[in-house]
Amino acid sequence: MSLHPSFTEDVSALPTHAFSYRSLTWWGISAFMVIEGGFFVLTIASYFFLMSQEQEWAPRPWEPPGLVAGTLFTLAMLASEIPNTMIKKAAESYDLAKVQKLLVVMTGIGVVLFVFRAFEFNSLNVLWTDNAYGSIIWALLFLHTTHVVTDWGDTLVLWRLMKTPHGEDPRRFVDVEENALYWRFVWLTWLPIYALIYWVPRFFR
Amino acid sequence: MTPAERAKQPPAKVPRDGPDLTGPELHEKLEATWENPPGFIGWLSSVDHKDIGRRYIVTALVFLALAGALAIAMRLQLSKPDNDLIGAARYNEIFTMHGTTMMFLFAVPVMQGMQVYLTPLMLGTRNTAFPRLNAFSYWMYLAGGALLWVAFVLNIGPDMGWFAYPPLSGPQYGVGKRVDMWAQMITFTEVAALAAAVSLVATILKQKAPGMGLARMPIFVWATLVTSLMVIFSMPSVALASGMLLSDRLVGTQFYNPVERGDALLWQHLFWFFGHPEVYIIFLPATGFVSEIVATFSRRTIVGYPIVVMSLVATGILAFGLWVHHMFATGLPRIGYSFYTAASMSVSIPTGLQIFCWIATLWEGRPRLQVPLLYVIGFIFTFVIGGLTGVMIAAVPLDLQLHDTYFIVAHFHYVLIGGAVFPLLGAITYWYPKATGRLMSDRLGKISFWMIFLGFQLAFFPMHIAGINGMPRRVYTYPAGMGLELPNLLSTIGSLVVAVAVLLFVINLVVSLRSGRKAEPNPWDAASLEWATSCAPPKYNFPHLPIVDSRTPLWDAGEKLPVVHGLRVEDREVLLTTVMSAKPDLREPSAEPSPWPFIAALATSAMFISSIFSPWAVVFGTVPVAVALTAWFWPKSPKPEREPVIS
Amino acid sequence: MRRGGAILPFFVTGCSGVQTMMGGEGAEGANFIQLFTVFMIVCTVMYLIVAIALIAAVWRRRNAALTLDNRRHHESSNAVRPALIGWTALIAVGLIGLTIASFFTDRSNAANGSNPQLSLTVTANQWWWDVEYSSPDASKTVRTANEIHLPVGIPVEIKLKSNDVIHSFWIPNLAGKQDLIPGRETDAQLLPRKTGLYRGQCAEFCGVQHAQMALDITVESKADFQRWYAAQLQPAPPPANPLQRAGYNYFTTRECGSCHNISGTPATGQVAPDLTHFASRRSIAAGALPMNTGNLYGWVADPQSQKPGNRMPTVGLKADDLHALVAYLETLK
Repeated sequence: MSLHPSFTEDVSALPTHAFSYRSLTWWGISAFMVIEGGFFVLTIASYFFLMSQEQEWAPRPWEPPGLVAGTLFTLAMLASEIPNTMIKKAAESYDLAKVQKLLVVMTGIGVVLFVFRAFEFNSLNVLWTDNAYGSIIWALLFLHTTHVVTDWGDTLVLWRLMKTPHGEDPRRFVDVEENALYWRFVWLTWLPIYALIYWVPRFFR
Repeated sequence: MTPAERAKQPPAKVPRDGPDLTGPELHEKLEATWENPPGFIGWLSSVDHKDIGRRYIVTALVFLALAGALAIAMRLQLSKPDNDLIGAARYNEIFTMHGTTMMFLFAVPVMQGMQVYLTPLMLGTRNTAFPRLNAFSYWMYLAGGALLWVAFVLNIGPDMGWFAYPPLSGPQYGVGKRVDMWAQMITFTEVAALAAAVSLVATILKQKAPGMGLARMPIFVWATLVTSLMVIFSMPSVALASGMLLSDRLVGTQFYNPVERGDALLWQHLFWFFGHPEVYIIFLPATGFVSEIVATFSRRTIVGYPIVVMSLVATGILAFGLWVHHMFATGLPRIGYSFYTAASMSVSIPTGLQIFCWIATLWEGRPRLQVPLLYVIGFIFTFVIGGLTGVMIAAVPLDLQLHDTYFIVAHFHYVLIGGAVFPLLGAITYWYPKATGRLMSDRLGKISFWMIFLGFQLAFFPMHIAGINGMPRRVYTYPAGMGLELPNLLSTIGSLVVAVAVLLFVINLVVSLRSGRKAEPNPWDAASLEWATSCAPPKYNFPHLPIVDSRTPLWDAGEKLPVVHGLRVEDREVLLTTVMSAKPDLREPSAEPSPWPFIAALATSAMFISSIFSPWAVVFGTVPVAVALTAWFWPKSPKPEREPVIS
Repeated sequence: MRRGGAILPFFVTGCSGVQTMMGGEGAEGANFIQLFTVFMIVCTVMYLIVAIALIAAVWRRRNAALTLDNRRHHESSNAVRPALIGWTALIAVGLIGLTIASFFTDRSNAANGSNPQLSLTVTANQWWWDVEYSSPDASKTVRTANEIHLPVGIPVEIKLKSNDVIHSFWIPNLAGKQDLIPGRETDAQLLPRKTGLYRGQCAEFCGVQHAQMALDITVESKADFQRWYAAQLQPAPPPANPLQRAGYNYFTTRECGSCHNISGTPATGQVAPDLTHFASRRSIAAGALPMNTGNLYGWVADPQSQKPGNRMPTVGLKADDLHALVAYLETLK
């Protein structure tokens, strides 16, 4: 270096992890939420674009999707926010035992949700090949499912990871906290999609 | 020790940089920590932003050459009317590959490559945020480009134009796998671009040098921030559009099929919602180059820094409100069109302000006419023509004549070559000594500049005339007697001049590596932090991380550069600062080299490519991807160390 | 005389070309030239300002500059602020003016098209144009292909449809373009003001032969147009000699009639250009070849070599059949 250094601050005492927007990975997760949220917004915009070409929606003779499976799924997702908030708080207070227990709960909830989701696909009352209406509601449900799957996979990995000695590293608690944040994104984005798949096709016939 | 207790431990007693560890002794330790493992695996595992940036730029220049060769083929076919050098089907493949390669495999990647290379150096940090994500991004880009070009060579390349309108690209009229090759390449390059953009945004917001608040960042870093945010907001649209197209073709959805209540215009809206910001994603980094070069070669700060920054932000935002101007001929309601005319006109205001600031800086300073500044001057003379033809086609009555003719071809080459490639060539010349330690040949640089500048005008100005004389776009031939012969012949001659000039530029790049004049750390006497370290920079960028208290740190620091100290030297560590005012906040481990980004890219590529042939690939292909990603993120050290390491 | 007049435009370039925006022979086309001129003037002035300012900035003589060398690199002179405000105001005023000019042109175009007296439907196919003149009386509709005749001075409305992919209908001498989009109906308005022969061309990439999908346009006096229209209403004349009859027999009993229609004969195919008055057209295959005997032979014998990839197959005709067919087709005036 051509310029000589003139030493000022000593940063060695700075911490090596923090929660929320002080964490670097928080920005990465937030960016991915923006990207995927954008994907959803555009899919929803396409839904309305295709709907504007129709006189009725769901177009006859197709019936709107059955309500049971979707509503059960929604209720389960909303309920899952309780253990989700608990795990977020536990992570922020470095409570390893609690985190480990709640990761089991979240993993189990995921399995239940997959069962409901399978029934949802089965009760849409239209195929993706039938027409554009069918294509767009299958697309919405499929895209949301990919998010549930990836977050469940993340939860599964964290569950195993927190059982190893790595669970003692404070940075892993930041990972758990950020996973809880992403779970909120998954159910928050579900709410408008639930309305668009199950309720809007009942109101425009 | 519980995690709570561990979190409150004082810092470990390990070697840290500072007054006790500096100079050659520090260099030895840092070099050992930050170098790549040896051999081919080491090369594959690199997460060094300089390696990744260089790979991006070199690969993009290869694609530039390939797409340029296709352009020469097109120009030879069009040099005279009713020519039969290249038949219709082959010509349609060639113009599709030319546009697709230039837009997706050259223009955006080269800008991102420059951003990935320069941003940490300009911010005074050691690497980007998420280094492995960055590495993954490059391999995905390479895979996507390879997919497209292997398809082309095997005669299953796309032939429906770079924007692939359905129903022509749909399952009924787009026979075979050509369209799928194109649509899946989009998925690859869009994943790559998003990954790089996320890494850049996090780096800029969290890893700035202490004291470098947002208002002290170099203009190029602002341009990088704005374009990365634009990538994040626009790329999902083209990914969704191409995903819907692939699904129409592969599994029988009806998104774009008018017979089953789908709509061909849905594609156009989704595509252009991405497509218009895309051209600003290409243009705004170029304006960042221009601001840096103008300041350095006028020997003063840019006049109106806040205006330039606000113009970048305003352009980035406005760019999302213009897309319907690509659809003026589709018969949408006229009242809607008026909004897009007004918006399209008004986007020229921030650009006009930037031009004012650049010219004012030259006026107030003492310009030195070296090669990078020549490219900037060539840029202003050329880009402004393209910008003004853009104002013309923003008006619907004019666009309805000019749309889809060679007038548009002229317009977008003026703004893309004049507005992005000229600054890029200036920027490569400018930062070449920083990256390689040698200067490019000045004489050859001036010759290439004049040849490119004049050759470009000869190649593309006559296209305005050809369009006015009735030549539509994307035609493999044209009849005699319509006044098209002369403009086309001139264009062909001009294109050959440009080709030779680009060749000379590349020769300059290659030869100067060996025989260019050796460069000192700051050969242009510039002001920003990348010039504070050696040419080429060491693997760790800076021995001690600098702090800044002005927009032009090297011009205001005097003999001594103020630095912070106390970072670990035997493990990779960077400093995180707060977003707005850049106060030191955290020490963050930086990821060590790893083969997992490459392996994850292989698994993802396998999934994407096989899904062209079967939808089950999407299901089964996720398994190797999940395995690779888990291995990527799984911590490697046997037990957690006192201070964190990402290996 | 008319023949000679037809050839003349093909040899003249520039302003009197057959497919040029600078023709201005239609109302919208003329408006384009006017508006384009306004834009050219304003844009040229702006360009000159930027160019001169740049040249001055780089090459002007300066005694004192505000640079690093005199440690004044952060300062700027007092002239900057007013210049910036002036420049911004100039750009804003210019853009507002141009937008207003554009708006008035739009209104004029809309007014010109507001009261059509003639109605056509053009349906685009890969790679030819199906043209139908509508009429309230079903027996008075005319169907032709790859050509349009228009009476001068009469506003026309054209409904635009597509049978396959997106195309674009463009006659630059008369007006701007409009896309033809499958599943939607768009429309164009024309108001031809000068008689003459013009050429239109598809302007949206539509597949392998996009480059050879043109239209012959004839703008003529009202009387000439009515004469043409009346002739179009007639069915095809019956064959007058054995060679023509052999061609008629081949056409109506073999492949041709399954795609093409010739009114007054058993050939009623609807998926290819209507050929009832084929020989009266100026070109073959949507502008690919000028209409003459030699080109007819070449086209009918081997359409794939003239326009590779188009939908008319090369059937491998025997020489006798070829002679007969061409002889018959030439009677379809």
